[in-house]
Amino acid sequence: MKYLTEFRNGEVAQRIAREIHQIATRPWKIMEVCGGQTHSIIKNGIDQMLPAGIEMIHGPGCPVCVTPLELIDKALAIARQPGVIFCSFGDMLRVPGTEGDLFQVKGAGGDVRVVYSPLDAVELAQKNPDKQVVFFGVGFETTAPANAMSVHVAKRRGLQNFSLLVSHVLVPPAIAAILKSPGNKIDGFLAAGHVCSVMGYWEYPPLAAKYHVPIVVTGFEPLDLLDGIRRAVKQLEAGQHEVENAYERVVTFDGNQAAQKLLAEVFEVTDRAWRGIGVIPKSGWRLCAAYRDFDAEERFHISGIHTEESPLCRAGDVLRGAIKPADCSAFGKECTPRHPLGATMVSSEGACAAYYNYGRFLSAEELAKTVVSCR
Amino acid sequence: MCLAIPGKVEEIMTEGDLRIGRVNFGGVVKRVCMDYVPEVVVGDYTIVHVGFAISKIDEETAKQTLEDFRAMGVLDEELATEEEAFARAAAAPQSACPDGSCGRK
Repeated sequence: MKYLTEFRNGEVAQRIAREIHQIATRPWKIMEVCGGQTHSIIKNGIDQMLPAGIEMIHGPGCPVCVTPLELIDKALAIARQPGVIFCSFGDMLRVPGTEGDLFQVKGAGGDVRVVYSPLDAVELAQKNPDKQVVFFGVGFETTAPANAMSVHVAKRRGLQNFSLLVSHVLVPPAIAAILKSPGNKIDGFLAAGHVCSVMGYWEYPPLAAKYHVPIVVTGFEPLDLLDGIRRAVKQLEAGQHEVENAYERVVTFDGNQAAQKLLAEVFEVTDRAWRGIGVIPKSGWRLCAAYRDFDAEERFHISGIHTEESPLCRAGDVLRGAIKPADCSAFGKECTPRHPLGATMVSSEGACAAYYNYGRFLSAEELAKTVVSCR
Repeated sequence: MCLAIPGKVEEIMTEGDLRIGRVNFGGVVKRVCMDYVPEVVVGDYTIVHVGFAISKIDEETAKQTLEDFRAMGVLDEELATEEEAFARAAAAPQSACPDGSCGRK
């Protein structure tokens, strides 16, 4: 915990935390959408530096967590087939499907490979013309340009043996769904810096205006997060609801134009099921008609998959920010990282797993009593 | 899995239909697709996600962020080789830990 101490004792961190304590006069709930930011907040104890009334709510922004169980099962079924090289990012290896995970499929003789870039999978397809190479394309807008380029290159090179199992999800529709949900209590948002480095933040002003919430584009580094929270609190206290870019050194309003152009060519917007939440309209991307031949779901026609989530699991409530992980009766008991019952424990970027891994076993009520003052 | 890591572009070449760079992430060098950042030239710093450069950044930012990410332990996972990724999966009960700390006490 040396790093945590160093960060929290740092002069700049102390100064920003002091300012938040000075300006906060009322309780506010601020959601960081991105799982990477959740992890950074919990690991660095940023939530514990805040005044008791300022509560960080952990959003649904972990692509590993929200990938539906049904799609994990499809991935496993495809990876088990002979003649298939199944490629994935490392973080999908241990996500449990109904029966086993990709790591176990490899152990049982399946050809499962971890690639650094989706383009590596395209190269594998070129080198192995007698095999079907499938890439598991999950992720938010940050990852989508890489997957779009892989399928674009495969098409350009006329590769018949490359396909993409796609489960892309989008941040702005998820924010809208949370704000629209009955009983929503979120006052402001931190938008994920790296998603915005690709997409810009032109999609957010209508959301901020319609729902009267400030949205601050924020990085992952602990000081960036603390500063993002400061700016959100400042706006809330002043009754403002603007979109603010606190990550100017990486993010521009328009984002990466070249990436957005190819995304529009390769993908089209679709309704998408989010694990733990359900279907959110127009919240994902799928391959558009011109690239549909490269869709692994079309190519392999996996059927007979029946999945059922645990009745104990309250991941949906955690993902919407309605409860803290420890408020769920299964947390740390029936549900642990080794035996996850639902979305938020599946990946360590999920809120339940982050709480579990850093020993946060307190309920929201208990947590509120133990907040560390930074004055 | 959504982190983009800053690195210095050491070389840019054309490989078939792609613009490929060699990018140095504090000592680890990777092949990176540069097609989305036509403005980036050798010597620039860029942030890279799953093998794709997505944005140009200044040197000071790049160095500070690299330092932060290294301290948080996220570099190893993002830059892992296939062997390292499988070894990590074998050792840890859980995937997707952005800093590799899960399962290690």
